[in-house]
Amino acid sequence: MSANRVYVTLDGNEAAALVAHQTNEVIAIYPITPASPMGEFADAWTQAGRRNLFGDVPQVIEMQSEAGAAGVVHGSLQAGALTTTFTASQGLLLMIPNMYKIAGELTPCVFHIATRTIATHALSIFGDHADAMAVRPTGWGMLFASSVQEAHDFALIAQAATLRARVPFLHCFDGFRTSHEVNKIAVLSVDDMKAMLDADLIQAFRDRALNPDRPVLRGTAQNPDVFFQSREACNPFYAAVPGIVQATFDRFAQLTGRAYRLFEYAGHPQAERVIVLMGSGTGAVQEAVEALTAQGEKVGAVIVRLYRPFDASAFVQALPPTVRSLAVLDRCKEPGAPAEPLCQDVLTALVDAGPQPMPRVIGGRYGLSSKEFTPAMVAAIFRELSLPHPKKRFTIGIHDDVTHLSLDWNPDELPEPPEVTRAVFYGLGSDGTVGANKNSVKIIGENTDLFAQGYFVYDSKKSGAMTVSHLRFGPRPIRSTYLIRKANFVACHQFQFLERVDMLDIAEPGATFLLNSPYSAEEVWDHLPMEVQRDIVQKRLRFFVVDGYRVAAESGLEGRFNTVMQTCFFALSGVLPRDEAIRHIKEGIKKSYGKRGEAIVQKNYAAVDASLAALQEVRVPQQITSTHRRVGWVEGPAPDFVQRVTAMMLAGKGDLLPVSAVPVDGTFPTGTAKYEKRSIALEIPIWDEQLCTQCGLCSMICPHAAIRSKAYTPDDLRDAPSDFPSKPCTGDLAGLRMTVQVAPDDCTGCGLCVSICPARSKEQAKRKAINMEPKREHLLQERQRFDFFTRLPETDRLRVKLDTVRGSQLLEPLFEFSGACAGCGETQYLKLLSQLFGDRAVIANATGCSSIYGGNLPTTPWSTNQAGRGPAWANSLFEDNAEFGLGIRMALDQQETIVRRLLHKLAVPIGEELVRGLLQGAQAHGEAEIAEQRRRIVELRRRLETLDDPDARILHRLADVLVRRSVWIVGGDGWAYDIGFGGVDHVLASGRDVNILVLDTEVYSNTGGQASKATPRAAVAKFAAGGKPIGKKDIAMIAMAYGNVYVAHLAAAANPAQMTRAFLEAESYRGPSLLIAYSHCIAHGIDMEKGIEHQKDAVQTGYWPLFRYDPRLAHAGQKAFRLDSGRPTRKFREFAQKEGRFAMLPGVNPAQAERLLELAQQDIDARWKLYEQLAGLEREAPQALEEVS
Amino acid sequence: MNLDLSTTYLGLKLRHPLMVAAGPMTEEPRLLPELEQAGAAAVVLPSLWEEQIEHYDVETLRMQHFGADSFGEALTYFPPVEDRRATPDWYLRKIDEAKARVSIPVIASLNGSTLGGWTRYAKQIENAGADALELNIYFLATDPDTTSEQIEERYLELVHSVRSATRLPLAVKIGPFFSSLPNMAKRLVRAGADGLVLFNRFLQPDILLESMEVAPNLALSDSKELRLPLRWIAILRDRLTASLAASTGAHTVEDVLKLLAAGADVVQLNSALLKHGAKHLSYLLDGMHRWLVEKEYQSVQQLIGSMSQANCPDPEQFERANYMKALTSFCSRYPRHV
Repeated sequence: MSANRVYVTLDGNEAAALVAHQTNEVIAIYPITPASPMGEFADAWTQAGRRNLFGDVPQVIEMQSEAGAAGVVHGSLQAGALTTTFTASQGLLLMIPNMYKIAGELTPCVFHIATRTIATHALSIFGDHADAMAVRPTGWGMLFASSVQEAHDFALIAQAATLRARVPFLHCFDGFRTSHEVNKIAVLSVDDMKAMLDADLIQAFRDRALNPDRPVLRGTAQNPDVFFQSREACNPFYAAVPGIVQATFDRFAQLTGRAYRLFEYAGHPQAERVIVLMGSGTGAVQEAVEALTAQGEKVGAVIVRLYRPFDASAFVQALPPTVRSLAVLDRCKEPGAPAEPLCQDVLTALVDAGPQPMPRVIGGRYGLSSKEFTPAMVAAIFRELSLPHPKKRFTIGIHDDVTHLSLDWNPDELPEPPEVTRAVFYGLGSDGTVGANKNSVKIIGENTDLFAQGYFVYDSKKSGAMTVSHLRFGPRPIRSTYLIRKANFVACHQFQFLERVDMLDIAEPGATFLLNSPYSAEEVWDHLPMEVQRDIVQKRLRFFVVDGYRVAAESGLEGRFNTVMQTCFFALSGVLPRDEAIRHIKEGIKKSYGKRGEAIVQKNYAAVDASLAALQEVRVPQQITSTHRRVGWVEGPAPDFVQRVTAMMLAGKGDLLPVSAVPVDGTFPTGTAKYEKRSIALEIPIWDEQLCTQCGLCSMICPHAAIRSKAYTPDDLRDAPSDFPSKPCTGDLAGLRMTVQVAPDDCTGCGLCVSICPARSKEQAKRKAINMEPKREHLLQERQRFDFFTRLPETDRLRVKLDTVRGSQLLEPLFEFSGACAGCGETQYLKLLSQLFGDRAVIANATGCSSIYGGNLPTTPWSTNQAGRGPAWANSLFEDNAEFGLGIRMALDQQETIVRRLLHKLAVPIGEELVRGLLQGAQAHGEAEIAEQRRRIVELRRRLETLDDPDARILHRLADVLVRRSVWIVGGDGWAYDIGFGGVDHVLASGRDVNILVLDTEVYSNTGGQASKATPRAAVAKFAAGGKPIGKKDIAMIAMAYGNVYVAHLAAAANPAQMTRAFLEAESYRGPSLLIAYSHCIAHGIDMEKGIEHQKDAVQTGYWPLFRYDPRLAHAGQKAFRLDSGRPTRKFREFAQKEGRFAMLPGVNPAQAERLLELAQQDIDARWKLYEQLAGLEREAPQALEEVS
Repeated sequence: MNLDLSTTYLGLKLRHPLMVAAGPMTEEPRLLPELEQAGAAAVVLPSLWEEQIEHYDVETLRMQHFGADSFGEALTYFPPVEDRRATPDWYLRKIDEAKARVSIPVIASLNGSTLGGWTRYAKQIENAGADALELNIYFLATDPDTTSEQIEERYLELVHSVRSATRLPLAVKIGPFFSSLPNMAKRLVRAGADGLVLFNRFLQPDILLESMEVAPNLALSDSKELRLPLRWIAILRDRLTASLAASTGAHTVEDVLKLLAAGADVVQLNSALLKHGAKHLSYLLDGMHRWLVEKEYQSVQQLIGSMSQANCPDPEQFERANYMKALTSFCSRYPRHV
């Protein structure tokens, strides 16, 4: 056994990737949560030149999808390179065909899987075993790690075992729980890894590779005569796997002292009740078993390490002979099956090889989508096992009031041991709280004998998101795989959270409460809500305040108060002696920021030193003096569903909702974001009607539809608040009045509206027609005004010019208050879509940012108008969205066919003139015609109600389809350029009437900025860490090649009028349309408030030319391609130097930076030259058959 | 006749007085051989800006942190760069590459923002192999409570500290806006400067009337701007033993000759080369050579300083306020009674 083990603190992804990068030669990757960081680590290490065990730098390649990655893995293995990949969930499903092949060909390989839920009624990024269980039949060995240490160890053990067994392995560990948990582990040395991998076996693997010097044929097509026998020929290899894995475990134990078994028993030696499970839930079970055994209960647990091949005899041997009942826990659901997979395997094993009489077996589901699984729940399961007639199938962790499968549990049962420091921190995303806490775990884990664990809970919103950090420190290894339930230290890093979040519920009596407060110890009490005061008094909390913002600002770290709060935590928690802690914090600062320059280090040092002086203990009064209560999550009238269900989720109490409260099929109401008053902005825009020119740009650019414009009649102001601002409309709307109004609780304070406003004061040029002002000074007034504004009638759609910015922006947005990043550059396009076509739109949304801010619960920004109409929205998958949207189109077309047939059939009783009008109006897209068609449908229904005819009833139900349906296929560039490109191409080629909107951020934004084929040359992105060497794919040219596809290249902020026209043209075109929309993004390394400037620069430098290609003009023999932006007036560098993604290039790749930037300019020049020529061409594009007909 | 064009600047022996100033022309080490071939006697690399390094550090860090650890699917948005960047390595590599590509002296330039930064980077530049160091100093005082004395002290303290930190020949590039330039120049030399570069041209913000915005602007210089350094070089030449470099307004052969005559040891070119390309150097060099031969000079040293305030026929000309002199001249042409 190696002496002097090195301990480090890292998360499960890094732990697994460390081994994978060392033991492989080729790595094919594709981003997917929660496995993406493994690929990112591997890519970064390769970029940095880190060598593997064999002395070479592994090749890392990002593919267009997981299916592509699996293909590369298969090919690379066939050619003799040790190859791996990392994935999860849908990604693993996309690899299935190749997995069958790789296993069928007995090829050594390991995939590292951060297991994740598979999308069913809803997508979930969180962890369970649905993906791993879905690939059981592929013939791969399956090792399940249950902790960060095991994720590290099993990565190596799987690699060693696969080489000997020739059976490929999945190395699974629980997504988020293990993949993202930071824990202290003993790290394997290079010598350990070398000792575990047998060189002869590696050579044997290479000898089997395809080689023209000794050619073979592999991948034949076989017939009924031999296929079956061939399939059975592999049996000996599978039979040998358990023995090989146990031998590998044993060899590993000799090297490291960490011993594992195929099935590991823990608990009372004469246990009568035993739980069987695998994965991270093991931690909670082991803690419960220890506690209950100490109380004299005869209980135990069998932890499954090697799940496939399932060694029945080894399993039976692992059971204590005294066992009388077993509860088998599965972290997945297989509807319709007699039991879940592990339970079925256990039953089969017991029947085949078990003791007689057979122990009673019950099976339960737990932990789906990272649902909490705690020792208290384990105790409930053991209790169930004691019953004479336990539930044969059960669930734990939820309240099932429909099928009554769930077990009750007492959450206060089996508390955590007192020697563990349990600290919970509430922070705002990006305020540094999580980073500082990760650092604290590192400090303690790597500098002391204590063990440390960090787990972080993130928000479903991308802006104004709350993070909750759960940190444990203790003298023994920490395997508590659940959130802290009772904390002895609670820190609130954002004072405003106290107004909404019940954070002291988690504080145990006598705990310490640290508050980042702008108020001093003397002042703070009077600013606390009543509930907070009550908890502090009743629980006798020690209460401290520090003004983190002030201390940070005075130290030169404006807004970055994490160092301050971290210092105060160490000072108060007593985990380490104060001086020692300060020393370690400073060492950590030096380590983290040393290479960033001395100035940053010194500023942080100053903040540390100033923190202790600024930390004040509050003398807690014995009386609750506050008169104000915490603000509710849903204030005012709201639909029943929102009150009962949504409000609970918003309050963070969704776990308490019973099964009966949630929809059975994942169908939710729209229009719910407006009930979630997040009020996250510190400054909001205030309208100055005197200066306003009524251009509509502020409404157009607002990512959150929090700036609204309406035109209304003067009479509508009858009940207006006395100071409600309003001004007469100009131009074609003369006679009406108009108002620009902020939604003060929905604004994120991004400032884009002010940035784009063109109207300036004559006397003070910096003052515009809309100006950011402190929210607290305006909140009450603006709330009143917004309330009245929402009650004003919507602008008459027939009076405005839709093809103008001003006109379109007077229309009601049916996409509002999304949780997208503050200043997002995507949402303007969706909002415009909703304004122009929302009441007749069906949207297919690819997985990505837009599906997350569009459909991530608790609420959705997709909304309805007063008539109850609005976009119908659905997300299928990431890779299939174009096909999904096409399917929607086909169904709608089919319904229209039915309706037309029935109209013809019933023309006489309905009335021929009405029928003629209905048929003619079915494809109308003008607002007046649509309004007329809606009136006809009302009349049709009225007449149909008088007919006693089954066809009349069908027609009555389907008649709405007679209003032209607007089908939109929406997604990001990762979808359109990469994983979904095949589908996009096919749908464009179909000629069908769909509109594809690509929100092009030029990276995979939702998964954290990985390069896509839309990423431009010279941009630094994940998987292109040295700057992307290849230029961006010109997807517009590909689409235009078809001739009959409407194509437009847009940039909302650079030319909103062109954008508006393009939307209208695309939608009115009765064929496929492709809109490629430039979307500035947080992943560009820009100040999001300056997004408009960046878009303008992109257009003016020719980086993002604006154009439209309209096949209707081509059919007419005209110039179908129109360049809407002028010849570049500036160079690419001017644009590039303002964006971090390009500006960081000289720093990360000094050798190639200049050349890449030059080539990027050449890309622009060449493209522009080509487009200029295209603009001069008259094109004849024959019409598609459908258009002719 | 053998004309000796050589000159000495900061103790460095140069083939002739024409060198390339810090600017876009010297940005790329791979383009320096073209300047050398065109005849440059030395090059000054663009400044290493401490503020820029700090800005890069701070901004990269801010970028790395912006939006990070907020949303479970995207805990970061950029690949880690910490391990691959140790600022200001890129600049030091530039010096190294420049030295490898050309045989003429390579002068590094530094603009610090903290005392520690100036000295630290000066040492690193010395270690990287630069032949000399030009300190690019300016403080734009906007606070009415900041006195000229305080500003001047900062200059001196800075030069002194860099002088203590490095043995490199040291030039100080300054602006013209001192109440007593000769006094300031004298104190700078006393603090350790081996030479002065006259003058720094500052970014001049402009107002865009259409959008009512302030825009940073720096137009290229022209020959008219020559007069400012010409006067001060002529005045300082006789009062200082340090090297003097003229760095504003030299575009034509005549410009170069005038600056040398006033007392410049070298003439730094930037705008002229940006306008006409590197080949303009050889044009100027040829023209200077031709003029000196034509006028039967044996060395350029004869010309240097020959029209300094002390050596020119009418020293008062450099001291008179231009307005008064012009007015007087104007009036003297006409009889008083007219």
